[in-house]
Amino acid sequence: MDIEASLSGLVGGILIGLSAIWLMGSLGRISGISGILSGLLLERPRGDSAWRLAFLLGLVCGPMVLMLLGGELGNVAGAPNEVIGAPAGGVGLMVIAGLLVGVGTGIGSGCTSGHGVCGLARLSPRSMVATLVFVLVAMLTVFVSRHWLGGAS
Amino acid sequence: MKALAGYLAGLLFGLGLAISGMTDPARVIDFLDVAGDWDPTLMFVLGGAVVTTFIGYRLVWRRQAPLFESRFQLPTRHDFDARLLGGAALFGVGWGLSGYCPGPAVASFVGLSAPLMAMLVAMVVGWWLARVVSR
Repeated sequence: MDIEASLSGLVGGILIGLSAIWLMGSLGRISGISGILSGLLLERPRGDSAWRLAFLLGLVCGPMVLMLLGGELGNVAGAPNEVIGAPAGGVGLMVIAGLLVGVGTGIGSGCTSGHGVCGLARLSPRSMVATLVFVLVAMLTVFVSRHWLGGAS
Repeated sequence: MKALAGYLAGLLFGLGLAISGMTDPARVIDFLDVAGDWDPTLMFVLGGAVVTTFIGYRLVWRRQAPLFESRFQLPTRHDFDARLLGGAALFGVGWGLSGYCPGPAVASFVGLSAPLMAMLVAMVVGWWLARVVSR
């Protein structure tokens, strides 16, 4: 086990938690990325879009700050000074994955942040079940694609 | 003020994702690959985030209202339906194939790779499709 990577994970996770607490404390909102962004792009609710757009900008700026600092704080496996890792496949695979992630989080009302972080912290039964399902299905997907098909990812 | 609060939340979230290594799909897929060379990093990320949020939410909820809004907006549903389970399952397949869930996918934008851009566009199309189906 890579202790340093795990420690970075823990520190990053705590920062994500602080972000979720701040958004709840300041605007009273759940930090669900799929909900915040799909709402911004597809509904543009009046008086409720500016903070979503600002959140999106901040989300993109976070990793850029680390890159400007030289990248040492990044945690890409096997690449000490990288902040952003390479995609796991080509355009075709990513289009399929993107559609599945979009449709799935759209009809399932959330993703890793909304159900996983905020929902588990609220002890929401719906989020606990959703998180269990998407983690197990993702594990199964990796098992099939890597060990049965030995393919792309 | 609300926009500034939103920006700060996004910035902290993006920093957290990058520092934890969640902007590296290989780490995420290696966590999901329980039959291979398992990478526990994601477990520490999710664990750290959930415990921190669990404590912080309860402190924040002692207040009558958030700082810049009149009330807390929390999900109220408690039922399990096919949409919740089916949606989570579809998301799981996409997550397993790419190693990207929505947060890290967006936060990785500055990587500016063609596969990631394709993923982001497809994800938005997916959100749109989900809304069409739900109507």
